[in-house]
Amino acid sequence: MAKITLDKLRHSYMANPSGPQDYALKELNLDWEDGGAYALLGPSGCGKSTLLNIISGLLVPSEGRILFNDKDVTQLPPDRRNIAQVFQFPVIYDTMTVFDNLAFPLRNRGIDESRVKTRVEEIAAMLDVTDMLRTRAANLTPDNKQKISMGRGLVREDVNVIMFDEPLTVIDPHLKWKLRSKLKELHHRVRATMIYVTHDQTEALTFADQVVVMQDGEVVQIGTPVDLFDRPQHTFVGHFIGSPGMNILPCDLRDGRAFVAGHQVSLEGAVTGSSGRTEVGIRPEFVSLGATGLPATVRKVSDLGRHAVVEAMLGDTKVNAIVEGAVPGQGEAVHLTFRPDQTRLYRDGWIASEQGKAA
Amino acid sequence: MRKVNQKGWLFVLPVVVLVAFNALIPMMTVVNYSVQETFGDNVFFWHGLGWFEDILKSDRFQAALGRQAFFTFLILIIEVPLGVIIALSMPRKGFWVPVCLVTMALPMLIPWNVVGAMWNIFTLPDIGLLGYFLNHVLGISYDMTQNPTAAWITVITMDVWHWTSLVVLLCYAGLVSIPDAYYQAAKIDGASNWSVFRYIQLPKMKQVLTIAVLLRFMDSFNVYTEPFVLTGGGPGNSTTLLSIDLVKIALGQFDLGPAAAMSLIYFAITLFASWLFYTLMTRNDVK
Repeated sequence: MAKITLDKLRHSYMANPSGPQDYALKELNLDWEDGGAYALLGPSGCGKSTLLNIISGLLVPSEGRILFNDKDVTQLPPDRRNIAQVFQFPVIYDTMTVFDNLAFPLRNRGIDESRVKTRVEEIAAMLDVTDMLRTRAANLTPDNKQKISMGRGLVREDVNVIMFDEPLTVIDPHLKWKLRSKLKELHHRVRATMIYVTHDQTEALTFADQVVVMQDGEVVQIGTPVDLFDRPQHTFVGHFIGSPGMNILPCDLRDGRAFVAGHQVSLEGAVTGSSGRTEVGIRPEFVSLGATGLPATVRKVSDLGRHAVVEAMLGDTKVNAIVEGAVPGQGEAVHLTFRPDQTRLYRDGWIASEQGKAA
Repeated sequence: MRKVNQKGWLFVLPVVVLVAFNALIPMMTVVNYSVQETFGDNVFFWHGLGWFEDILKSDRFQAALGRQAFFTFLILIIEVPLGVIIALSMPRKGFWVPVCLVTMALPMLIPWNVVGAMWNIFTLPDIGLLGYFLNHVLGISYDMTQNPTAAWITVITMDVWHWTSLVVLLCYAGLVSIPDAYYQAAKIDGASNWSVFRYIQLPKMKQVLTIAVLLRFMDSFNVYTEPFVLTGGGPGNSTTLLSIDLVKIALGQFDLGPAAAMSLIYFAITLFASWLFYTLMTRNDVK
């Protein structure tokens, strides 16, 4: 188990990158504590798998260093970094039994057979696969195969980090939940550093203590799930996390006041910086419908059971509101109110309002 | 009991008729010949299983069968591992992939009798490129028209040249279907190159390899054109394989009864061995 440090890491798949656009991974400095549960969250192609492969050693970064417990491992191959990785599709050795699959990483390292046996049985008990140890791995269901892949990562006691590359992609929805909680439980038991890569916000937010949100090869925010929800540092995070995501509304700024579609909107606090494109960000959870406020027309109402998502048009801009109880009908005129302490200002995508000091 | 809709047979009927005309009826005429004796004039007598007994007991048949079995054994033992090795060393990505694939496929595109003729000329001691080189440059006495060992070496080399590609291409197809994650996982698990081959590549190639072995078995066991054009079964009878001998009896001597009996025995052996190979190679498969 180890602390992981990424030091001025950059990677390009091109031989001679000429500018930032050629980098699949832009400069990155990160510290991951020993024993933490981290998630890398971002849409496909945002560079998260590249980062994962750099940490596992399948890829050598163009620039920068990776340190495990302050030891430089940048040039080491995967088998010498002592890491484990679980892939998107379950990788199992078809011809072996479940037992041999789990024992494989240990036997390859010349570990004593009696030790292998106790260790494999321990892990099998943890994963609830003890009764399958004698079956051929090829006969298992996809979720059990993925469990075995995880087991191969957990079986070595001294791994520095266990990485999960979208491990629940091929798992049936009703089993996803089970495996996800299993993973969380495993993390509590083995206390290994775990990095979980996914594009699914639910997976990331339920698994990780700290989530790293990436976009276009760049880390846009690192924080706890609550941080990401409450105060997204970038409109991308606001939009990507939440269901539906944050409303991002273009606005004009006059004397430190924000106007959306010609109406003033109170912000959480003072505005920082100047010039640039400005937008107001408000989560649908904090938009309410009432007798006063910004006039809008309801375009669509989706009833999700516990609450309804009302899609209203504020001029040409779409605003989502989460409404509990009575919902307006389609085409009805409504008034929208934004909760001031939850209304943020973004300048060129990045947050530009200060918390607490009302404007 | 479940009621079965007998109308289903109507749908199968066209295929049954087609198969009857292209396989069953011609084969039945062979069965017909195999149990009869004739003295000409299109007069036939019932001969029972006499021809089968004669064939099975004849030294000539046994010798040809032995040569045939030896030939097939050598072909499989050389072409299958060689094909696997070549497939493993071929690139998986990039510019060289199509180059390798086309180069590999070329020998298979050449008509069988042309292959025989090519190798015949190629190995002739006086004018053939290889034959001349061996005899006159290296000083090794090599003449496949005189020396049975040289003839066998030539026949085997020719078949390896012609057909190893089939094994290569099938194995290669199996290899490229392995996702990268398997290799990466094996790397992380600390697997050796041998383990990667044994536990990842070989299992993934197994199905195509089964087909490759079956095809190479059937083709080499029934081979006719190439060795016939190359050596004509000689020198002496040293390269007279089963099929060559069969043609000699059927069309050379016009002994229709024995030839028909021999054909059926030949067919039965091929069928049985194919079944055996298939059963053995798939017995551990996942259901």
